[in-house]
Amino acid sequence: MANGRFGIHGGQYIPETLMNAVLELEEAYNYYKDDPEFNRELTELLNEYAGRPSRLYYAAHMTEDLGGAKVYLKREDLNHTGAHKINNVLGQVLLAKKMGKTRVIAETGAGQHGVATATAAALMGMECEVFMGKEDTERQALNVYRMRLLGAKVHAVTSGTATLKDAVSETMREWTNRIADTHYVLGSVMGPHPFPTIVRDFQAVISKEIKEQMLEKEGKLPDAVLACVGGGSNAIGTFYHFIEDESVRLIGCEAAGRGIHTAETAATIATGKLGIFHGMKSYFCQDEYGQIAPVYSISAGLDYPGIGPEHAHLYDIGRAEYVPITDEEAVEAFEYLSRIEGIIPAIESAHAVAYARKIVPNMRKDQCVVITISGRGDKDCAAIARYRGEDIHE
Amino acid sequence: MNKRIADVFGGGKAFIPFITCGDPSLEVTEQLVYAMEEAGADLIELGIPFSDPTAEGPVIQSANVRALSGGVTTDKIFAMVEKIRKNTQIPMVFMTYANVVFSYGTERFVKRAAEIGMDGLILPDVPFEEKAEFDVVCKAYGLDLISLIAPTSHERVARIAREAEGFVYCVSSLGVTGMRTQITTDIGAMVQLVKKEKEIPCAVGFGISNPEQAVKMAQQADGVIVGSAIVKLCETYGEACVPYVKAYVKEMKDAIRAL
Repeated sequence: MANGRFGIHGGQYIPETLMNAVLELEEAYNYYKDDPEFNRELTELLNEYAGRPSRLYYAAHMTEDLGGAKVYLKREDLNHTGAHKINNVLGQVLLAKKMGKTRVIAETGAGQHGVATATAAALMGMECEVFMGKEDTERQALNVYRMRLLGAKVHAVTSGTATLKDAVSETMREWTNRIADTHYVLGSVMGPHPFPTIVRDFQAVISKEIKEQMLEKEGKLPDAVLACVGGGSNAIGTFYHFIEDESVRLIGCEAAGRGIHTAETAATIATGKLGIFHGMKSYFCQDEYGQIAPVYSISAGLDYPGIGPEHAHLYDIGRAEYVPITDEEAVEAFEYLSRIEGIIPAIESAHAVAYARKIVPNMRKDQCVVITISGRGDKDCAAIARYRGEDIHE
Repeated sequence: MNKRIADVFGGGKAFIPFITCGDPSLEVTEQLVYAMEEAGADLIELGIPFSDPTAEGPVIQSANVRALSGGVTTDKIFAMVEKIRKNTQIPMVFMTYANVVFSYGTERFVKRAAEIGMDGLILPDVPFEEKAEFDVVCKAYGLDLISLIAPTSHERVARIAREAEGFVYCVSSLGVTGMRTQITTDIGAMVQLVKKEKEIPCAVGFGISNPEQAVKMAQQADGVIVGSAIVKLCETYGEACVPYVKAYVKEMKDAIRAL
C-alpha cells in the first residue's frame, strides 16, 4: 500500500514541515507493532488499566421489544474514561514514549478523546495540550474540567466554525510549531498516513473481541455490526475483523443533524464528495469550490465534515453501508436505551442504536446484531435536556 | 520551466509579495497587483482563499475568512486575473490548498490558470510524495508547481530539489505563516543543500516582515517572500490599503535591491 492508500483514498497531504515527523512515526510504528515487549505492555494497560475486554451484553429487553434479531451491545462505554477512545490513546502514547517524545497534543470534539489523551499522559508522565473548538468547550464543559484536572492544558479554538474540524486544524498547526519532542495523538482513523492505519489497528481490538465473544455466546458470527461514524474510529474498530467475513453486514451510522436535505448536517457519505483535506483524500462535505462545509450535528463527536479514508474505500467497494441518522432519531434512541436497558449511551453511539431500531424488527429471530456503544452518555445529559426544552445546569 | 518565472531571478535579489485575493475586494486586489509591480515586486503570489488553511497563522487565516465572506470564488478570481494579465507581464503564481484545485478538477483548474496567464502554483499541503497528480498536469500546461523545503526537511532536500521547477520555496521556520521577531534556521545551509543538487533559485518565506530581516535572508538566498506583513496592512487599511502596501513593498525591495 503506497503512501497509505485505501483504494484511491488516504495519502499524506500535509506541509513539508511535518513530512519527516510522519515518516518517523511510520518507521517507529512498523517496528513496535511487532515488538513482543510493546505488545505485552499495551495489553497489560488495556486489560489492567482500561478494563478490557469490554463486555458483549445481550440486550434482552430491546430484543423482545423490537421482535426481530437478537441484539448485543459491545460495551465500550465501560472502558476507563467512558469511551472507546482510550484503546487508541494508550497505544499511541505508549508508542510516543518509546519514540522518546515527552509531550503529546490532541484535538477533541465531544471531549472524550481529549480526556483519554490527558489520562494516558498523566499515567505515563507526559506533558499534554488539548485543542477543542470553543463551541464544544461550551457544549462539553465537564470534559474541559476533567482534562484540566488530569493535568492537561486545554486551548479553546475560535477559528472557523469553532468545532472539531477547527480543533484538528489547530492541532496540526501546533505540531508544525513544535515537532522534536511532540507527538500528535490523532483521535480518529483520519489525517495523513500512517494515522488511519495506526488508529485502526489500535481500535481493531473491538471487533477481535466481538468475534470471540459471539462465537462463545452464539457459536456463530453476527449478521450485522453497527457503529456510529464521524471520523470513524469506533466503526472501523467494530468492522475490521469482519471485513473478510462477507456474511456480516457492516453498517456505519452518520450524523444527519437536522436532515441530509438541510445545510445542518454532518453526513459525509450521504452529502459529501471526493476531496483532499486534513492530510487525506476522502469524502468531505464541501461546496462547489472545495470550501469545507460548516457541518452540524447535536453530537460534538460526529460533528466533522469528513470520514476516514478506509471507510471511504469500504463504501466505494460496497463492503460497508453508511446511513444517515437525524438528531431527533438519535435523541429518541438515547432515551430509549436508557429506559429499556438502563444504559445511557453517548449521543454519538445513540446514532447506531437508532438505526438498529429500524432494521432489527425486519430481521429473523435466529439472526444477531451487534451495536457498539462507543461511549457513555453522562456527558450528554445536559445537552439532551436542553434539546427537550429542559434547562438544567451541570 | 515557465518563461516569466525564469526571468524573475535574472537581475539581483527578488522580492515576492503575497496577497489574498478578494481581501478586502477583488477590485482592490487588482489595484494592489499594479501598485506592487510599480513598487518593485518581481513576482506576485495570489492566494485563493480556503475555508481551512492549515499552514497559515492568524493573519492570513483572517484574510481567508474576510475574502470568502465577501463572496470570492475561484471563478471570480480567474476573471480578475484575466483582466490583470491584459495590463501587466509581471510573473504571478497562485497559492492555495489542494482541495481548491482538486475540487475544481485539477486539469480544468490548471488549464484555465494557464489560459489566463498564470505562471505557477504553490500548494502548501502537497508534499513531494503527493505532487505527481498535480505536477503532471502543471507540466502539460506550462505552469511551474513550486516545491517547498522546511527546516525539518534534512535529507529530503536533495530529492525535492532535483525535481523542483521555477524556484524553491524555503520555509524559514517551524510553524505556520506569520511575522516573527527572530529567524533562527541556518538558511544559507538550506540553500546550499538545494544548489548542490540543482541550479535553481531559492526564495525564503515565513516570518519575514522588516527590511533588516529581508536583507539578512536575501544575503543567503535569491529572493524573499512576504505575506502576513502585507496582509496585515490590507486588514488595517481595508479599501484604502493600496498606497500603504505600495510604500511597504518599495521599502522592502529597496532594502534588498543593492545586494
